Amino acid sequence: MRNCCLRELGRIDYANALELQRRLVAERQQGLVDDQLLLVEHPHVVTLGRNGHRENLLASDEILERAGVAFHPTDRGGDITYHGPGQLVGYPILDLRQWKRDVGAYVRALEEVLIATLADFGIAAGRIPSLTGVWVQERKIAAIGVHIARWVTSHGFALNVSTDLSYFQYIVPCGLTRPVTSMAALGVRATLEDVGYVLTAHFGRVFDCELPLAAPALAGARKREPI
Amino acid sequence: MTDVVMPQMGESIVEGTLTKWLKKPGEHVDRDEPLFEISTDKVDTEIPSPAAGTLSEVMVEEGKTVGINTVVARIEENGAVAAPAAAQPDASSQSPVGAGHARPEQAAPVEAAAPEPPPFVEAPASSQPTVEEPAPAEPAGPLSPLVRKLARENNLDLSRIKGTGAGGRITKQDVEGYLAQKPAAAAAEPARPPAPQPAPVAPVAATPAPLAPTHPAKTRVEPLSTMRIKIAEHMVLSKRTSAHVTTIHRVDMTAVAQMRERNKAAFQTNYGFSLTYLPFITRAAVVALRQFPLLNASLDGNNIIYHNEINIGIAVALENGLIVPVIRGADEKNVLGLQRAVVDLAARARSRQLKPDEVLGGTFSITNFGSFGSLVGTPIINQPQVAILGVGTVDKTPVVINDAIAIRSICHVSLSFDHRLIDGALADQFMSRIKQVLEGWTEEVQ
Repeated sequence: MRNCCLRELGRIDYANALELQRRLVAERQQGLVDDQLLLVEHPHVVTLGRNGHRENLLASDEILERAGVAFHPTDRGGDITYHGPGQLVGYPILDLRQWKRDVGAYVRALEEVLIATLADFGIAAGRIPSLTGVWVQERKIAAIGVHIARWVTSHGFALNVSTDLSYFQYIVPCGLTRPVTSMAALGVRATLEDVGYVLTAHFGRVFDCELPLAAPALAGARKREPI
Repeated sequence: MTDVVMPQMGESIVEGTLTKWLKKPGEHVDRDEPLFEISTDKVDTEIPSPAAGTLSEVMVEEGKTVGINTVVARIEENGAVAAPAAAQPDASSQSPVGAGHARPEQAAPVEAAAPEPPPFVEAPASSQPTVEEPAPAEPAGPLSPLVRKLARENNLDLSRIKGTGAGGRITKQDVEGYLAQKPAAAAAEPARPPAPQPAPVAPVAATPAPLAPTHPAKTRVEPLSTMRIKIAEHMVLSKRTSAHVTTIHRVDMTAVAQMRERNKAAFQTNYGFSLTYLPFITRAAVVALRQFPLLNASLDGNNIIYHNEINIGIAVALENGLIVPVIRGADEKNVLGLQRAVVDLAARARSRQLKPDEVLGGTFSITNFGSFGSLVGTPIINQPQVAILGVGTVDKTPVVINDAIAIRSICHVSLSFDHRLIDGALADQFMSRIKQVLEGWTEEVQ
């Protein structure tokens, strides 16, 4: 089974995470490192995909600045999105040639990882045909945006765990006028570490790779309601 | 002349949108240099050129969606170099992306569209094969394993250390010198700064927790591991949540010891693991939990949550921590099944192979400090449970039975319980039941 190196980086700047991704992508393309899964949390930032539309950013630069939100154009797929505290952001850096060589299957697999993770916390999430991402009813709980160069993936997914959803007011997420939600808004109290731990296991299963689990919390420290 | 086609990006993909040409007609392109970008679903993909030459013709303009294998451009080779027929995103050559030929603002759009993000360190982000931590980039030049180890152990950013070895290489002496010189600074470079709200654009390493300056010879500062932080939080949370009371009973394990002696060899032969006291105690606890379900409950505000399942958490000591994997449906297992579960969970806990749901959902916990020689302990409750059983060491001890002195296998078993929910009388009834099961053990073990 392939190895996947798990890097739990905690809260890290978007720019720094991007830089690290670029480095790892280059190393992955050259076969110098294994597949990677970066799990991070970002300070408030709005990012715009390569093919995104700036008009989906609803706030002026001054408003963003006053709210302490950075703005960052980037090279992933998808339109505009927001990252911030309480959001579990995952950047898988995988060589898809060693998996399925299928970009569509890759996105569906990311969705599957997120859906299975949410199911473990008692949330029934699913897909909406032709709208990439993970949804609970009509509300978006996780966004996906990917970049691929020589079959090596970067960027990835952002799952709202306890995100302050009011920050989404500054954008039209992914250019879609649909509401967003979070695990906390659905009544699940869980830490990013807890969710990361569960997600890591599903990631290993779905992508058929060996990766050490995130540092586990004690059983009782998980605030799952009621057992 | 080489045809460039829309590549096949997977079985499920039949078409792609050409989002951007990275080259203009008439421009030179190297083989494997990014030529155009396509977008499928929410995935942007850079497509490298299948050949070197001049981009002579562009047939598909930006924004158009075309089926796979559609010819999107033609490349005129400058020389007579044979080239493959189609663009393949997995071209075998591994030249670096955008190696100086592509227009920088397109090959690396982020850099062009935004000011260069604050770099991690002064050193250029070169392609080092081993990147242990996100923040510190390694300086150019090889590093000895010893230096790497020292840097890792002390959480050092090696790019800040000036090397004095051959070719500016960093030596062990350089690292030690740096450590002695800047004890506080060196200690304050955690890989994961736990600062609650760093400013959005602050570099990662710029939010160290303030630490009092200390003398390097007298102290050593090390950041807590994530697991250690979790354990610390949980222990304090539990002490703050529950009204802990501990009761201790002395249990005569002679009957169990005899049963164990009789089956020990068979266990080793048949199943490949030894038979310990723990599954007997777990089995006794399950019997008592069935009789006293309040011990298998949780407290939620002003409600008692009774758990219909008996899921027993077993504390497993790890090298630098502790984890409590759960034996689910423990009441459905005999001593053999319990022993098998304990061996399996403990082994996988130590190799970090536990699945997430295997540490979730415990309704009662057992901690076996007797295996480390402890006689009696007062364990902390594993929240949100309401009681935890501590098992001391089993020793042959002289005891008085019917006014005669006998040698028996004695074990002290302690129960820490949450006095908010459970009173001493109930706790001791529960313990008496455990004692009764163990002292009068008759059940076959396999």
